[in-house]
Amino acid sequence: MLDIFSSEEVQEALEIFVREFPTAIWETVYVTVISTFFAVLIGLPLGVILVAGDKKILKIPSGFLHVLNVIINLLRSIPFLILMIMVFPLTRLIVSTVVGTVASIVPLVIAAFPFIARLVETSLRELDPNIIEMAQSMGAKPIQIIVKVMIPESIPSLLSNLTTAMTTILGYSAMSGIIGGGGLGKIAINYGYYRYRYLVMLLAVVFLILLVQIIQTVGTHLATKLDRR
Amino acid sequence: MIELKNLSKTFTTAGGQVEALKNISLTIPDGEIYGIIGMSGAGKSTLVRCINMLERPTEGSVLIDGKNLNELSEAELRQERQKITMIFQDFNLLMQRNCLKNVCFPLELAGVKKSEAVARATELLETVGLSDKAKAYPAQLSGGQQQRIAIARALATHPKILLCDEATSALDPQTTHSILSLIREVRDQLGLTVIVITHQMSVVEEICGRVAILNGGEVVEEGPVHEVFSAPKSDAAKRLVYPDGYSETLVPAPGEHFIRVVYNGAEVSKTPLIAQMAMDKNIPASIRSASTRSLGGKAYGNMLLSVTGDDALAQEAISYLREIPDIIAEEVELNA
Repeated sequence: MLDIFSSEEVQEALEIFVREFPTAIWETVYVTVISTFFAVLIGLPLGVILVAGDKKILKIPSGFLHVLNVIINLLRSIPFLILMIMVFPLTRLIVSTVVGTVASIVPLVIAAFPFIARLVETSLRELDPNIIEMAQSMGAKPIQIIVKVMIPESIPSLLSNLTTAMTTILGYSAMSGIIGGGGLGKIAINYGYYRYRYLVMLLAVVFLILLVQIIQTVGTHLATKLDRR
Repeated sequence: MIELKNLSKTFTTAGGQVEALKNISLTIPDGEIYGIIGMSGAGKSTLVRCINMLERPTEGSVLIDGKNLNELSEAELRQERQKITMIFQDFNLLMQRNCLKNVCFPLELAGVKKSEAVARATELLETVGLSDKAKAYPAQLSGGQQQRIAIARALATHPKILLCDEATSALDPQTTHSILSLIREVRDQLGLTVIVITHQMSVVEEICGRVAILNGGEVVEEGPVHEVFSAPKSDAAKRLVYPDGYSETLVPAPGEHFIRVVYNGAEVSKTPLIAQMAMDKNIPASIRSASTRSLGGKAYGNMLLSVTGDDALAQEAISYLREIPDIIAEEVELNA
């Protein structure tokens, strides 16, 4: 490994590592967590609406469900790189700037919530319909069916899907380095792509992999631990 | 009292209209354990779901103590459902909740205070004999235990009607026996009206007072269990009553009497029943058809015997058989 890189390069990479990585790692974690939070905030209710509407638990006009489906598909088909640029006006409206770490949260949420809505939909559809019938037979209101049956009974599946979503958002957040979003992605692009400091890029990638590993391990562990089936 | 009046349910499917229920009228008195039996596809599940309006009947009405459920608003219906609870073939427990919280579930729905709900649930777990499983999750329990938890849950809101939808069909005969005993016990204690939907003759014979036979969405026979089963008139009833299916060739010879013997967990493995009767009473009987199985030294199932002689002889044979615990014996009229 050291044969490929000269000692000066290693020296420089280490300096950059000490100087910039702590902030970058923090920014990546922060952006990922905040974006996941908002994406779940929007995506979870939408996923619930899709399933509860389809199963006639909530009285939702089928036209509305159809439109919702189309919007989700539409947003999911736009490549993230392009979506980031497309939502500039919205980003400016919300955070009054289009560059920087905080600004990257807006496109991340827009890209992730339709994905999360679909994942939530998949999780909730796995639930045995007889369980819902049981709740109805006991006089459960629609909201009680959702809050006390559908969501809690799907927790293991929701958690593992959420883990998938979070690792995807982490990947997207690295991409947002291109438009000035902070974090490990920015380091990888700035040093690796613009300045040919491959070693720095490699280090950034290693830490991205580590973060994905941590998220996946914690997520899988939680999902397994909370699965009472 | 539950009154079903001219109940019909038609489903519209891709293949056209399916008449699941056709003009069903039944009256079920309070405190009765009422059986509704039929083969799969007879419409049993649809019928039971019409009683609590999980399925809205296409025509006809369901009256509970004179109150027409069709006329209730959604909110009123939800209120009413706390009084008409249900247990299921697959138990339908919430897998992510422990047993205590499963029993608390209907109370939570009804807005009962948590401390009260826990107290009530604890008491019910005791009723069904599973106090020690309060903190266990359903997946850790056997099928019979899960159904006991489901019964405790169904009783939480002090219902007046308990609907059992194939509640013992996923259980082995011994567990079935214990669950049925529990159902009868709670009926006796709480004065519930119980509706038992099943495809198993043995279940009806064990706990039901009255039975309706459902076939092709219609009630083909109705009445006290012993009357319906001892003199089955419809083809559907005959198919249920005769273990190997009713056969036209089963024509009684002069003086031949048919006796149907039902084993409900009788301990007959050590004593050969028929041979014993021949020795003790000098009544030779022949087995015309049988479908029995032995589990843990106990016999379950039924058998059709024939004895030849006068009526008194047949009666003697029946009295002899009836003396054996967990055996039901009755004469059947083949040409009724």
